[in-house]
Amino acid sequence: MSSKFSIQRYLRGLVFPFCPGCGNFIVVNSFLKAVHELGHQDLSGFVFCSGIGCAAWIPSPYFLADSIHTPHGRSIPVATGVKLFRPELEVVVFGGDGDLAGIGLNHLIHAARRNVDIKVIMVNNMVYGMTGGQVAPTTPFGTVTTTTPYKSFERPLDVTRLIAAAGANYAARWTTVHPEQFKEAVKKALKIRGFSFIEMVSQCPTAFGRRAGFKNVAEMLQWFKQNSILKEKAEKMNWKELEGKIVIGEFVCRQEPTLGDNVRQNIWRKTHG
Amino acid sequence: MASLLGSGVYFWQGNEACAYGAIAAGCRFFAAYPITPSSEIAERLARLLPLVDGIFIQMEDELASINAVIGASWAGAKAMTATSGPGFSLMQESIGYAFMTETPCVIVNVQRVGPSTGQATKAAQGDVMQARWGTHGDYVPIVLSPNSVQEMFQLTVRAFNLAEKYRTPVILLVDEIVGHMREKIEVPPIKEICIVNRKKPKKGDRSFFAWAEVAPMPTLGEGFNVSVTGSTHDEYGVRFTADPEVHRRLISNLVDKIEKHRNDIVELEAWNTDDCSTAIICFGCTSRAVYEAVEEARRKGVNVGYVRLKTLWPFPAETIRRLAQRVEKIVVPEMNLRQLFYEVERAAYGMAEVTAVNKIGGGQIITPEEILEEILS
Ligand SMILES: Cc1ncc(C[n+]2csc(CCOP(=O)(O)OP(=O)(O)O)c2C)c(N)n1
Ligand code: SF4
Ligand SMILES: [Mg+2]
Repeated sequence: MSSKFSIQRYLRGLVFPFCPGCGNFIVVNSFLKAVHELGHQDLSGFVFCSGIGCAAWIPSPYFLADSIHTPHGRSIPVATGVKLFRPELEVVVFGGDGDLAGIGLNHLIHAARRNVDIKVIMVNNMVYGMTGGQVAPTTPFGTVTTTTPYKSFERPLDVTRLIAAAGANYAARWTTVHPEQFKEAVKKALKIRGFSFIEMVSQCPTAFGRRAGFKNVAEMLQWFKQNSILKEKAEKMNWKELEGKIVIGEFVCRQEPTLGDNVRQNIWRKTHG
Repeated sequence: MASLLGSGVYFWQGNEACAYGAIAAGCRFFAAYPITPSSEIAERLARLLPLVDGIFIQMEDELASINAVIGASWAGAKAMTATSGPGFSLMQESIGYAFMTETPCVIVNVQRVGPSTGQATKAAQGDVMQARWGTHGDYVPIVLSPNSVQEMFQLTVRAFNLAEKYRTPVILLVDEIVGHMREKIEVPPIKEICIVNRKKPKKGDRSFFAWAEVAPMPTLGEGFNVSVTGSTHDEYGVRFTADPEVHRRLISNLVDKIEKHRNDIVELEAWNTDDCSTAIICFGCTSRAVYEAVEEARRKGVNVGYVRLKTLWPFPAETIRRLAQRVEKIVVPEMNLRQLFYEVERAAYGMAEVTAVNKIGGGQIITPEEILEEILS
């Protein structure tokens, strides 16, 4: 902790491919700061798994660490396989809202249910960014995207609430206007054992912002700021008042036994009994 | 381990022998989703794996199963999954991923009648071409085909050995009949079972992919900072998603890695093929009827031989070509509507007449009489 934060220490030195103003830069920076503040001089002992999408490119191959860039939506089962076989490794998943809550949602729910000891960071830019801005399961109702030219007609999924309910030990949501809180959440998630999920609501100026009617990145950040409501306050509001709002904060924080604990202690003790 | 798998004679089901073969080969991670007629493999491994400190997990679907296997393999495990047609279809994208990333793993497909849900409990051999071409893009899979309970054990061990040696997914293509039949099996002393382990990198190595000879494979957490990706990549695992040259080099190396070692990979059982006038090309449960048909044909004075493919892919085209030069007729019996047939016909290159015996649905095996009839016709 005493040493100064140097991001380069954790990177391979390749240039990130993100567009100017992309929220992914904030995620990279805050995540690595959290790692630094926890006292890690490098990323040894970490394994990063990520699927397909802009957010999934965050660790692979840019982080100087072991990383597995999996098929679209499959980062969670790959991470589950790694963690079950090598429980001493710190397994962290990065992915977009499409990757984790669209094509991969089944795995996300089951990983939370199992409480497998992996940390998942979902960058929710409310769109399929990499493929050019198609509607996602997280796109706000009534948004223009390339596949909803007359405005989207489906309701978005509250992923963090779902994952908290599914059995995660830790679940929190922040936005890119809350990088400090996000960083603290990452530190907490890394310290807690069990399934930890952090949703980072993030701006994609290129594939989302333009069509959704935002002139620039600053306008998007302003939108996040004005619409964010702390969990504690949101609990006193009804669902109608909460429509279109971003509920931020911690949704769950507990210390239930993890999948690995249960596999190793319960089953092996019995069979070796 | 020794007590778990004492050498000796047992009376096992094919799927059970597969589970024991996996344990003998060193499999310590298994993930699967229940599906008939493969579920006994999972049920047996759920009992066996905890006894050897291995991991068994039933995943939420076959997509999760194959991907958990891939993760475990990079974590250092010998890992396997087992399924049947519908699950095998779901796994195809990730089988391509395992090929592309050079991830050793074993995929067992106990074939049932398809397409779609088809006939869940009935035998078929309809996934021969899917096993070869199921994922998108250019690749060469290794596919093994057992025809007895004994071979369910032996070829499961061999599947792991080939996966480790060539750093590639290996498919054990079984059919319901071989998976479910019960037979005597002799388990050799564990010390006599040949076990192959993947080549590991030395300290300071950085290049882990895309060698025509097999690159060393680091295990996660050993400090190699390995970057694994299913995107086109160079030998350091760095993505090159537009450069044609990097892609051509990667794929030709991955293909060569298998093709150059055909002689090591391909296993056949050939009988009386030197001077026969008619030859039968067969695999899996159908070969059991071929044995009888050939006996009967010889009693009738017809000189018949057979080749049984224990390795279906890579296909032994050269062997078939040479055979076609010697014989007048080649018969290909299979429980599908002609799949291996076309491959044989192509290899025979018009030098011998190639005919088919086919049967689908209901799990009915092609009978020795039906094969004999084709031999004599
Ligand atoms: C099986 C499969 N289907 C579709 C795609 C195409 N695809 C690539 S990235 C992507 C969407 C990614 O969206 P998200 O996860 O939200 O990431 P973002 O780019 O927005 O960060 C899609 C659909 C794919 N690679 N694989
Ligand atoms: S398309 Fe959007 S999410 Fe992807 S890099 Fe550009 S701004 Fe970021
Ligand atoms: Mg997205």
